[in-house]
Amino acid sequence: MLARLRKPTVSFVVGGALLFVVVQLLLSLGVLNNFWRGIIYWGAALTMVSLGLNLIYGFNGQFSLGQYGFYAIGAYAAADVTWRWTHDDASGIIVVVFGVLLALLLYAVLSRILRGFYRVTVMSKFTFYVIVTVLAFWLTVQFLVPVLSPVVTGLLGALPAAISQQVVFFIALAGGAALAGITSFLFGIPVLELGSDYFGIATLGFTIIVKVLLDNTDTILPFAEMKGARGMIGIPQWTTWPWIFASLMLVILVMRNLLHSSTGRAMASVREDERAAELVGIDVAQAKILAFVVGSIFAGLAGGIRAHDLAFLHPGSFAYIQSFNPLIIVVLGGLGSMTGTLITGFLWILLLEGFLRLYLPQGFETWRFVVYPMVLLLMMLLRPEGLMGRHEVAFLRQKLPAMLKKPLKESGDRGADAPAADMATGVGEVTA
Amino acid sequence: MTQGRPDNLAAEVEAQPVVLEVDAVTHFFGNLRAVHDFDLTLRHGELAGLIGPNGAGKTTVFNLITGVYPPSEGSIRFRGVELVGMPSYEIIQMGIARTFQNIRLFSNLTVLDNVRVAYHPHAGYNLVDSILHTPRYRAKEAEMTERAQEFLAIFGLESRQNEEAGSLPYGLQRRLEIARALAARPKLLILDEPAAGMNPQEIDELLELIRFIRDRFDLTVLLVEHQMRLVMNVCEWMTVMDFGEVLTRWLPSQVRTNLQVVEAYLGRQAV
Amino acid sequence: MAHSPAINLGDGESPQPANNAALHRRDGMILNRISQGVFVLMGLVVLIVLGRALWQNPGVFVQQMLNGLQLGFIYALIALGYTMIYGIVKLINFAHGDVFMIGAFTSFYTISTFQLHRWVTWIAPGLPVGIATAIGTVTVLIVAMVVCGILAVFVERFAYRPLRNKPRIAALITAVGVSFFLEYFGGLPFAYTSNYITYTRPFDVEVYSAGTVSPVLMGAMWAIFVASSAAWLVLRALGNKGNVRAKSLQRNPLLLFGLQFGGFLSVVLTLVGIEIQTGGKVWDLSVSNVALVIMGGSILLQVVLQYVVNRTRLGKAMRAAAYDKDAARLMGINVDGVIAATFALGGGLAGAGGVLYATAYKQVHHLMGITPGLKAFVAAVVGGIGSIPGALVGSLIMGQTEVLAAGFISTPMRDAIAFSLLIVVLLVWPQGIFGEPATEKV
Repeated sequence: MLARLRKPTVSFVVGGALLFVVVQLLLSLGVLNNFWRGIIYWGAALTMVSLGLNLIYGFNGQFSLGQYGFYAIGAYAAADVTWRWTHDDASGIIVVVFGVLLALLLYAVLSRILRGFYRVTVMSKFTFYVIVTVLAFWLTVQFLVPVLSPVVTGLLGALPAAISQQVVFFIALAGGAALAGITSFLFGIPVLELGSDYFGIATLGFTIIVKVLLDNTDTILPFAEMKGARGMIGIPQWTTWPWIFASLMLVILVMRNLLHSSTGRAMASVREDERAAELVGIDVAQAKILAFVVGSIFAGLAGGIRAHDLAFLHPGSFAYIQSFNPLIIVVLGGLGSMTGTLITGFLWILLLEGFLRLYLPQGFETWRFVVYPMVLLLMMLLRPEGLMGRHEVAFLRQKLPAMLKKPLKESGDRGADAPAADMATGVGEVTA
Repeated sequence: MTQGRPDNLAAEVEAQPVVLEVDAVTHFFGNLRAVHDFDLTLRHGELAGLIGPNGAGKTTVFNLITGVYPPSEGSIRFRGVELVGMPSYEIIQMGIARTFQNIRLFSNLTVLDNVRVAYHPHAGYNLVDSILHTPRYRAKEAEMTERAQEFLAIFGLESRQNEEAGSLPYGLQRRLEIARALAARPKLLILDEPAAGMNPQEIDELLELIRFIRDRFDLTVLLVEHQMRLVMNVCEWMTVMDFGEVLTRWLPSQVRTNLQVVEAYLGRQAV
Repeated sequence: MAHSPAINLGDGESPQPANNAALHRRDGMILNRISQGVFVLMGLVVLIVLGRALWQNPGVFVQQMLNGLQLGFIYALIALGYTMIYGIVKLINFAHGDVFMIGAFTSFYTISTFQLHRWVTWIAPGLPVGIATAIGTVTVLIVAMVVCGILAVFVERFAYRPLRNKPRIAALITAVGVSFFLEYFGGLPFAYTSNYITYTRPFDVEVYSAGTVSPVLMGAMWAIFVASSAAWLVLRALGNKGNVRAKSLQRNPLLLFGLQFGGFLSVVLTLVGIEIQTGGKVWDLSVSNVALVIMGGSILLQVVLQYVVNRTRLGKAMRAAAYDKDAARLMGINVDGVIAATFALGGGLAGAGGVLYATAYKQVHHLMGITPGLKAFVAAVVGGIGSIPGALVGSLIMGQTEVLAAGFISTPMRDAIAFSLLIVVLLVWPQGIFGEPATEKV
């Protein structure tokens, strides 16, 4: 098994482990103080959002300005789960676990039913999926919560406090991500049909709508603990370096593996030429939804991580202006380059929130937003393809297949038992 | 409508099952009638041409068959299945593949990936395999790659598999497009002006290639073409259309002897 | 190449239809009808809520609609610029809302610092106050329009033009950058500061209500409306008979202006001027001269723009460049110049919008352009991007939606409802109300 590992894989694993240990040591020894810890965590969260956007925009070609909306949904949902848990209320856990499962189950049933019809418009699909979602969560809140509350409390209470806390945190993060994914699925069904610019504007509208809803969580929405425009307080500060590291790695690996598969190629073909993709047999709508949902799940996960680091959430941090942050990071790093996004994502926060804030004179605060756009403009004028273009470090780069070993015989005598080319060797010799 | 086929072909061809049946199809763009009462029957293994002057509605017919837009009236059946109302990708997955008048490759993907994209519906592994890179993913991916490489080898593109498709010379881009179409495992291949922009020598090669792939992959081929050199030599019979209607059906030999008619529809230079 | 026996390179089995379910499908129209029913039901609920509000207090409802009209006409000025710029360079010019803000601030300085709205009284002190104020206001408006026009051209020249042949995202990011730059440069202490600043109006506000609307004015508006609609009908009749001259006169800008100006203002003034009572309650409507100026100015500028785009050489060049830049260039059109002119026109209109907005709401702030800018863009999309009448209609719809949503559905949700309108319209009419359907060549 080990022999099959490629060299880049080995160096990635070793490098990742090293990074994990070093940062953990620096944090434990206090070399990195709370300020720098915050910067690193923030950078990781923003990088995850940006990776998701890169999947949607850089690899699938759908221009989304809505990722901060999903980030917000993930953050608030995860925070609500843990807030309720620390206030002896398991309803959050039940809703995110069983509500989501029930919704997914109903989706599976509904999609089977819809497949039996032709000429179903996207609006109809959208309507039915929304109805089913509302039904799933209504059923959960009405019937499952009262029944399961004592069970869940009992089960988790039986565990040692330290472990149950981690379990709850895991559920909260997964639940926040899942809710972001479900929202993006519902929103994506009709809106992804619109195509590039209109999709961008619609997602911008989505971000604004989410922000307005967050401002009114305690009046229009029934979440008094979120305290509307005053901001949600009392979120347990559970995010630690291992959680950050694990989430970021998970995002990187899922995205890499997805992109290196047939599904990833289908997504890329949609970016290149939607019509041509459809006419070689790609289900374009499905490819778009998939990229959008996966990207939004990343954003939701990042939101949960960020919420439990800050321990405070304010709707102002999810304003539409902020939603340009991931877009800028992705474009600066290079559309279609995970490496570029990883680098610029961290650099963006490190430089702008870290170094500049620390080492520049007081008066610079007011100049920050004047300098950012200048940098952005210069970058666009001088290197519009971004820092990395489409380049990737070896581990994230798709391995180029080796040339066909056995020349094809004229008569085409290939039997069904012909041995598959040994794909696990070398990084492919490229001939010009 | 003239459904009568040239007699000398009839015996051989009529025995084959019908692959595509376009029946009284009419299509409007707004108030413009692009295709009117169009009929076409293709039998297994046929190599048929669709000719006619610019704007006659040839490409529209292709777009109607492949579901780019639904016809205003009429029915299109492929191996007995009604295609009208089906989304394009399902039509393709049922076994119709096409190329485009203006080459539409995925120009930032590699040559190999262009072919592998078309293989996606037959990938044989699911999303979970993709994300976890399971053994099934590895096996199927290797198999898919090898298949795609075989296609490339047939088209003489195997040495350029890792180049970006957009960087290929024009003639090779045309070939790649055909390779990509074949990777979708079609029963019916529709070629929209495959020889556009080619020189006589390239056309001869293409001609060979079209015959070869028809036999090798057991295909039915329908092509639109302006280059009479290609049509005359490769097609077993052809449908002539103008102003969205079928004018007549001929054998190439009949067309050749009826030069005045050809001139009327195709112009003097085309001959 | 030798002809080999026919084999299938696939895995042997002949490719069957991908899913057999596809062969036994039922028609989905039933499902579509159900979902349409759900949508109609939701629309009915909204209508019932609004209808009840109208029934219970018609005076308040109509007053809100009048306020919405004022807002809508301001949006129209911004939306016209958006729609023209998008039409020609396919760029969502995020900085457009900030040009609007600069317009407001320019007029703020010309009024507060330079007192330019009073220049007539310095030269000719004897002139009646009304005329002097009118000329002064127009001066302020023109100054703001010129400044904003120049600013827009400047931005186009140095930020967008170098990127015209680059991927479209580069220009979009640049637009975001320019937008941030204008917003936050404006927020610097030596520029506009980050405070809300009270705006001095170039003229004093007068509120007209029943009894204070001069019957002469009302009559004049009706006269304009009746005269221009009569002329329009006559010309149409003649045009239908084949009179080419009449057909062209039918689109005469003066006539169109008379039609719209007279139409809107006569209805508004009449509603306000006559005392309406229902169910023992007086409607008690009022309208300010600011609102009237906004309506009049917006209609005038919109008609002028229509004239420029449809009837002049520049307009013809614009339409050609919007359709196909390369072909236009080959036809000898100076495409860069045309694009610059488009930005100048759009910027000027946004500047005028800024002045009128500040006059109406009596406050300026360095971030004031963001929300109106976005809403105006939404309005342009709703109306059909690229279409000038569409921008006007979309903006009026937007103004009404926002005001009615705030008044009778949910005040904090007004922005959310306004943007939901965008999503709903895009789904029902992907090209907007007046937009042309996109055609794709395959």
